[in-house]
Amino acid sequence: MAKSFIGEKKGVFIYLYTVASPQQIIISKIIYNILLCWLISIAGYILFSIFIFNPVQDHLIFLSVLLLASIGFSTSLSLISGIASKANNSNVLMAVLSFPVVISILLMAVRATKNALDGLDRAASTDELLNLLAINCIAGALGYILFPYIWRS
Amino acid sequence: MKGWLKISAVLLLVYVHTAGLLMDVPRLNILNETVRALYFHVPMWFGMVLLYLMSVYYAIRYLKNPSHEFDVKSVAYAHVGTAFGILGMITGMLWANYTWGSPWHGDPKQNGAAIALLVYLAYFVLRGSLDNEEQRARLSGVYNIFAFAAMIPLIFIIPRLTSSMHPGSGGNPGFNAYDLDSRMRLVFYPAVIAWFLIGLWIVSLRVRIKKLEEKIIDNE
Repeated sequence: MAKSFIGEKKGVFIYLYTVASPQQIIISKIIYNILLCWLISIAGYILFSIFIFNPVQDHLIFLSVLLLASIGFSTSLSLISGIASKANNSNVLMAVLSFPVVISILLMAVRATKNALDGLDRAASTDELLNLLAINCIAGALGYILFPYIWRS
Repeated sequence: MKGWLKISAVLLLVYVHTAGLLMDVPRLNILNETVRALYFHVPMWFGMVLLYLMSVYYAIRYLKNPSHEFDVKSVAYAHVGTAFGILGMITGMLWANYTWGSPWHGDPKQNGAAIALLVYLAYFVLRGSLDNEEQRARLSGVYNIFAFAAMIPLIFIIPRLTSSMHPGSGGNPGFNAYDLDSRMRLVFYPAVIAWFLIGLWIVSLRVRIKKLEEKIIDNE
């Protein structure tokens, strides 16, 4: 997902600048990243459960964590990638900027996943899921509002 | 900053230091006399969050109306907020050393606070790696707002969901519930106000220094 803005050539930016508004660009980047993330995580999940064994006891919770965490990562990392792409050594900067921001999503996801693995009661992980959802909403809204300021340069 | 605010901040701090060290505190198990650390540890975090909030406020104002002054203020608030955060971390570690047994427990609140400081260190890294001044101000403003929103769950939400020894988290009642009686309030609230005012004072000094430096550079 770091690639969403960093790898692009200069010409692509200028082309996008002329055909679309910044809101359209960030939303489309986020949707693309979400789909990519879902594809990778679900493919990984299926392959793991075929070739190794599947220790997950509560599949519904596990899958919803997978999907929600993917949304969270794509929304926050798309914006961060937009910021980092403007700087000189953007690949290093991407790691530095994104780590503290995604770690709260990561912590939530790890805890909800552990609950799903152990097959705990669903009420035990609703808090984490709601929190993930709330963080996603905040990250998405901020990305939508703030991206035009990055894009202008 | 107004002169009377500075004087009142200093007077309040003198009061906090004498009263905080000499006045009676409630006897509590384990905490004993270390409860006095409350007057110095908690105001640091209050100050940090308020200063970061001011930093975000100026970042938003910069994005709405790009003027160099807002950017300078936003950075100054973030600098001083980080200093407050580091002080809060050190006082918290000292306190933990006597009540929990060791300075660093990997408690969710401690880890969250450490990562929250990392967010702002990343902000300074971002500012350092952009050359164009106008671009630096705009991008770091964006990151500032985003980082503040990412920091809130780390300090205020996750510790409350997990089991934590820190008061106010993991089902523990906040400090108000059992250890803050009316005698301590008399010192605690002035302490919060005084440290925040000191933070504002440092910020105003930093802004002035920055402006003077720029004036000198312009004249050369």
